[in-house]
Amino acid sequence: MVRIASLLPELLGTYGDAGNARVLAERARRRGIDVDLVVAGLHDAVPDADLYLLGGGEDGPQRLARDLLARGSFAQRVADGAHVLAVCAGLQLLGTTFCVEGDDEFPGLGMVEARTTRGTRRFVGDLAVNVGGRWLVGFENHGGQTRRASGLAALGSAARGHGNDGSSDGFLTERIWATYAHGPVLAINPWFADEILSVVVGRELEPLSGVAERLYDERCRALKLQPLG
Amino acid sequence: MAGGRVGLVVDRNLLNHLAAGRDVIVVSGTNGKTTTTALIAAGWGPPVVTNATGANMVAGLVAALVTSAANRVVLESDEAWLPEVVARVRPRSVVLLNLSRDQLDRVGEVRQVADRWRRLFEDATARDVVVVANANDPLVVYAAEVAAQVRWCDVPTVWRADAASCPKCTRPITYDAAGWHCECGFSRPTALTTSLGEHLRVYDVEADLVLAVPGAFNAANAALGVTALAALGVSVSDAVTSMNEVAEVAGRFARRRWRGRAVRLVLAKNPAGFAAILAMGELDGAELWIAINDLVADGRDPSWLYDAPFEILAGREVACLGTRRLDLATRLDYAGVNATVLDDLAGVGAATAPVWLIANYTAFSEWLAWSTPW
Repeated sequence: MVRIASLLPELLGTYGDAGNARVLAERARRRGIDVDLVVAGLHDAVPDADLYLLGGGEDGPQRLARDLLARGSFAQRVADGAHVLAVCAGLQLLGTTFCVEGDDEFPGLGMVEARTTRGTRRFVGDLAVNVGGRWLVGFENHGGQTRRASGLAALGSAARGHGNDGSSDGFLTERIWATYAHGPVLAINPWFADEILSVVVGRELEPLSGVAERLYDERCRALKLQPLG
Repeated sequence: MAGGRVGLVVDRNLLNHLAAGRDVIVVSGTNGKTTTTALIAAGWGPPVVTNATGANMVAGLVAALVTSAANRVVLESDEAWLPEVVARVRPRSVVLLNLSRDQLDRVGEVRQVADRWRRLFEDATARDVVVVANANDPLVVYAAEVAAQVRWCDVPTVWRADAASCPKCTRPITYDAAGWHCECGFSRPTALTTSLGEHLRVYDVEADLVLAVPGAFNAANAALGVTALAALGVSVSDAVTSMNEVAEVAGRFARRRWRGRAVRLVLAKNPAGFAAILAMGELDGAELWIAINDLVADGRDPSWLYDAPFEILAGREVACLGTRRLDLATRLDYAGVNATVLDDLAGVGAATAPVWLIANYTAFSEWLAWSTPW
């Protein structure tokens, strides 16, 4: 049994982010793993879960999401062993500070040492990240410039697009995956969905083959990415 | 379009001059602009000039206005261009249909559009404009409530995902049978027009709206359009009678012929559009094809497919077409739909069953060009 919780999708779900929860749940079910998929909305407490999902959102909703998450048990549950996939605004929220609505700086949840300021422009376009020797492909649309403290590893290096700062994208800790590849990044990158799922359930997963794998190959070709490794 | 662009080079104020002295209604919003424009034009009656091709930025409006000196003008405006269009054409009425996420890579976030609209209507130069606005869409109400003259309309609006948080204070908005409200006091205004099923009431006038074009969303479009015409003194019953007869709009909802089979073409280009179209009873039991392209006019990023409620189609067969057919097929697969990827149309035979084809912007244009009138 794996418990997956989408947090505040009304606020953090601008770019089809709900797709990530659906992809994880389906790929678990197709391997015979029981899934409890919970959507925790504005009026709900943070539920018990093995994996929390945070999506992208607009400025005002991002601020409200931060306030709601700071009040609840989210950070404690992650400290106690739960995992997190955070995308775009969700990534920014986990850090120490972020900027929205001009250059006003707001406190983040402080779960990682990363600071997001307003970028020089908006970064809109394809994103390709080398994550441990495999391409993660997606699309970014944000105005953030995220600086990691020296002890915080990036998810990977950005070969296409801006990511955190023009050279790296996202961050990776023992329990957190974060990327600027917004929306249903797990739909386009089934191997990444399976990697997360495998860590969360604590075992190897048998491969699946379907249209998602065809989509991944097609996106890598469309972005003219050379095979890695 | 070339004529419109050349015109702008000659005189940047050409649009102001062309619109001056005419009675103009401008229609804007994320979904339904082209259809609403056509319904208003029909309801008003000839002679009327519109940008019927959907070219809805300044150059397109100029191209439309040079074709006719008709006094009655109905123009659809791109959401982002609305402030400039209103400043130049000085309309008597502006119809605000809805606001939802669409082409985030091109237009920007939907709340920024709402803010731009609000600043437009706060401006004293817009005080003579009668704003006709959807009271069930909090982002539209946020934009329109500052206008000097507003006619609110209570019309079917299914999409709420972009207004979960209050545009004024960011707290959650509560939706219930009485409408919607926020703790800060921001709430649904009292409507003058109501539309429920085929029953339409504009002020104290009642009419039967029995549109030839399908869907509750088109009843909403028509109700807003009738309200704008009523504000200009047009009879509600005359307007409704003419709108009821509109059967297709620029190919939308049209019955077309392709390789000998009947194809009904429907445009849907964002989550709210798909939510409205997929709710249509006409799709039950029909053979269904969906085409998704990713050219600039469509938005380059099809992430929004995961915001559209394709779970409605679970268990059905759907053929996937367009440049992003693999993204679509993956999305449908995760929704429990039996998706088939049509890589090559050459293999598609002349079967007998009629097809409903839902396509986003450039895919719709392609299919309109490939097919012929039935």
